[in-house]
Amino acid sequence: MIPVAFDYLRASSVDEAVAALAGAGEDAKILAGGQSLLPVLRLRLSAPSLLVDLGGVPELRGVREEGDSLVIGAMTTHDEVSTSPLVRQFAPLLATMAATIGDRQVRHRGTLGGSLSHADPAADMPAAAAAVEARYVLAGPNGRRVVPASDFAVDLFTTALGDDEVLVEVQVPKLEGWGSHYEKFHRMVQAWAIVGVAAMVRRDDGAIASARVTLTNMGPTALRATALEQALAGCAADRAAIEQACAVAAEGTSPRDDLTASAEYRRHLVQVLAGRAVAAAAGV
Amino acid sequence: MTVTEDRQVGAGRLRKEDARLITGRTQWTDNITLPGMLHMAILRSPFASARITSIDVSAALDRPNVVAAFTGADVADVQGSLPCAWPVTEDIVHPDRPPLAVDAVRYHGEAVAVVVARDRSSAMDALEAIDVDYEPLTPVLDLEEALADGSPLVHPDKGTNKSYTWIFDSAAAGTGTDAAAADAEVVIERRYVQQRLIPAFMEPRSVIVDPGAGEYTIWSATQIPHILRVFYALLTGTPEHKVRVIAPDVGGGFGGKLQVTPEELITFMAARRIGRPVKYTETRSDTMLSAHHGRDMIQDVRLTARRDGTVTGISVKLIANMGAYLGLVGPGVPILGAFMYNGIYKFPAYRFECTGVFTNTVITDAYRGAGRPEATYALERAMDDLGVELGLDPIEVRRRNWIKKEEFPFTTVAGLVYDSGDYDAATAKALALLGYDKLRAEQADRRASGDPVQLGIGTSTYTEMCGLAPSRILGALRYAAGGWETAAVRVLPTGKVEVVTGTSPHGQGHETAWSQIVADELGVDFDDVEVLHGDTRSSYKGLDTYGSRSLAVGGIALVEACRKVRDKARTVAAHMLECSPDDLEFTGGAFRVRGTPDAAKTIADAAFAVFAAHDLPDGIEASLDADATFDPQTFSFPHGTHLCAVEVDTRTGRVDIRKYVAVDDVGKVINPTIVEGQVHGGVAQGIAQALHEEAVYDESGTLVTGSFVDYTPPTAADLPDIVADRTETPATTHPLGVKGVGEAGAIAATPAVVNAIVDALRPFGVRDVPMPCTPERVWRAIRAGGAS
Repeated sequence: MIPVAFDYLRASSVDEAVAALAGAGEDAKILAGGQSLLPVLRLRLSAPSLLVDLGGVPELRGVREEGDSLVIGAMTTHDEVSTSPLVRQFAPLLATMAATIGDRQVRHRGTLGGSLSHADPAADMPAAAAAVEARYVLAGPNGRRVVPASDFAVDLFTTALGDDEVLVEVQVPKLEGWGSHYEKFHRMVQAWAIVGVAAMVRRDDGAIASARVTLTNMGPTALRATALEQALAGCAADRAAIEQACAVAAEGTSPRDDLTASAEYRRHLVQVLAGRAVAAAAGV
Repeated sequence: MTVTEDRQVGAGRLRKEDARLITGRTQWTDNITLPGMLHMAILRSPFASARITSIDVSAALDRPNVVAAFTGADVADVQGSLPCAWPVTEDIVHPDRPPLAVDAVRYHGEAVAVVVARDRSSAMDALEAIDVDYEPLTPVLDLEEALADGSPLVHPDKGTNKSYTWIFDSAAAGTGTDAAAADAEVVIERRYVQQRLIPAFMEPRSVIVDPGAGEYTIWSATQIPHILRVFYALLTGTPEHKVRVIAPDVGGGFGGKLQVTPEELITFMAARRIGRPVKYTETRSDTMLSAHHGRDMIQDVRLTARRDGTVTGISVKLIANMGAYLGLVGPGVPILGAFMYNGIYKFPAYRFECTGVFTNTVITDAYRGAGRPEATYALERAMDDLGVELGLDPIEVRRRNWIKKEEFPFTTVAGLVYDSGDYDAATAKALALLGYDKLRAEQADRRASGDPVQLGIGTSTYTEMCGLAPSRILGALRYAAGGWETAAVRVLPTGKVEVVTGTSPHGQGHETAWSQIVADELGVDFDDVEVLHGDTRSSYKGLDTYGSRSLAVGGIALVEACRKVRDKARTVAAHMLECSPDDLEFTGGAFRVRGTPDAAKTIADAAFAVFAAHDLPDGIEASLDADATFDPQTFSFPHGTHLCAVEVDTRTGRVDIRKYVAVDDVGKVINPTIVEGQVHGGVAQGIAQALHEEAVYDESGTLVTGSFVDYTPPTAADLPDIVADRTETPATTHPLGVKGVGEAGAIAATPAVVNAIVDALRPFGVRDVPMPCTPERVWRAIRAGGAS
């Protein structure tokens, strides 16, 4: 299909992008890697009057260290995230999850910021950002503000971003001494997750000292499995104990029924996958 | 001197057409641009069933760049009805099928209006300005409910949703299935559901109609340029000699382009009204909605047997979804399967009954295998269940029933004469390649240890009928056309060869395979052969490509044409060598005088002599060319054994194919690389039916699998490595010995995969998993199985 005609601005700075968005109101859309937006435009499910392309803003791309954090520019591609030595050292879960997205072409075009801002509950990176407790840096007409991961995604395809705001970068606290793993369950290799479970585990000898578990496609946004995290704290680091703890993995979730899977099946699946993800993250 | 034979037939040559096909630097229809060409877009119905109460295109006409817009009502008196060439019974209910809906729409996606503009974007934009008022009606979607009293009707004027019932019954010849059932020691009764599939060819359909001065040139991404030309003439009133149809390079079809489409006729009407060339290229969304679908039938099967495993009969009752209308060969698709429910087995009683039903869905029609995959699936699933019932290994229960090598030619209960086959050899090879015994031992271990990942092995010993088709049989089955094929061979003055074939390749590699045949028959270089196809001006006669017919029918015509050319060249060569034609033998690419092999003339020598025509034997015309038309006396019957080993994660329901072995016997092989490619592609589509693909209409009749996000054909990354091997039992019914390979993989693979899944889950009480066997369905089957 061919999209409805639109105006196109290739911004050269964040300020220029913000100004353009502020001038256009809700009819403007930000174009990042285009991996979700372009199909929607081509199917004429959306018809923005203006596309503001962030591809020409150099400051939005790349990974750097800033004190205790990694800072990842919003326009950094999934491929760059998955292969960055800094990410692999200090936030390996991000690299692991970025590597599971779509296919090679998609990973070379799609961006971290685009995925987080699109807030598709079936996308992997929102759960990744939630697990590493990333902070989102948003730029608007009145300057910049920082939003924690827990407050960024609001609902299905809805975030804390205002119509005139741009996600500039995410700050990721450096973590070492945690094991991590992502269990992504999908029917087709290149498809979205039916359910995904991301786990980070810090061990204290034979027990799990602390665990973070986040869920893909188990609700309108990526979810933190808080009941499971509590059940895992202090849990023996063996397969049986972990599996037992994972019986609560579906607590607090609200998965949907759709063509790929029923809610009932997703609630079952998340327990099995959580067991596998946590066990792998715990190294058992 | 020693004369060496450099045989091309049998060599795994790379395909000569691939460079242009893979790079796209070729004439795909959508690549073609004509001076003054306009672009058409089609507005499609959002409803499955509705009355059109008003429709207004005037606002669209005011949009930029728009040249014309019209509706079905505007062309009602000229548009006619799309054809069904296979009205399978005398009393078939055959509703009109206007290219553009006039006062009612009967499926989601039916064309209701068009815009023609100077560019494609403007045409698409202007569709939004068309105002249509619909009065939605209750759609007919469920096959059994459609047949029930009081169902809404797809075509109220017909008074029924039933199109036809077609019956074959061996009782007429003496042995009936009811008698077999009465005496049966074992009865296997099953219902299988063939889900609806979408052919998903790579190149969306595209058509250009150029109205010249009273004559029309039509480019179409079709499998059937010759058939299309006939129908264009019949449907539009244009004299046939004023219609030229060109199928340039075509990117796949799988039966999905074996159709005379609404879009082709609408584009014609647009071009005729406006008097300028018009192009229509569909989007993938259009393909999903409006190109015909495949399969979609309910199969009730009753297999009867004795306790020693001997099958005594099979009774099959089908309900087949025709969609909202009858497609070009749609009613005949299940009938092609009717000859295959006995498969490779010998038993005396068979009854087949098929009822074709209308629903508010897009038409179904041919899709890779067309009737034969469905038959093979039901039979091979039931054979596995029979083995379980009797405690027999699935291979053993088959072996006790299949036709033995020495029993050919064998007349089947369905009335076909199988000329040749060796089911023992193919099966033995497949078992060895799979490592069958070792996997069975591993399966036993996993069962004993309660491993959450269970192993299953699925078997499919299939045959199929290829080489469509003997014209007399087609006539007896009420098909409108014949099944012959034609070829012309002309040797140019410099010894290069042009071949004109009536087949219409759309990915099969005919240019390569045909060149290999000609190279051997005429002793010319492979690279010196050019194969022309798909243009009714150069190839005026032919019946195109479908039903694994091109080599098994068209290839024979080609051999016969080559031999006519060779015979004439022999006469000329003998004249040049001043000997009798009988003194010449044709070896090493030349006619040689027996005993004096250095005295030789090649085909090229003869071609130049004929061109010069200075000294030709009396009665020899100055041309070295010939054509031949071959009408097969019977079908050909490739067969094979496919084995599939799957691992099923019983906690998630996920199925992983661990090993897939395909041993096919397609008779003599012209090019083993092409054969292997066909097997891989067919197996991929067979696996896709088993595990991945399903076209789904929701309860309102909306197609919800309208893109590749929801309708999920597997990519290479989703497919296992395929071990493909062959046995070779030549066909005895024609000079080439070939049998056909285009559909084999798609026929064999689906039951092999599903049998493997069910085999893995037998300890859980699972007897069936509906296709596609998604993880959730497998998980639910395990839960419903009743075992722990």
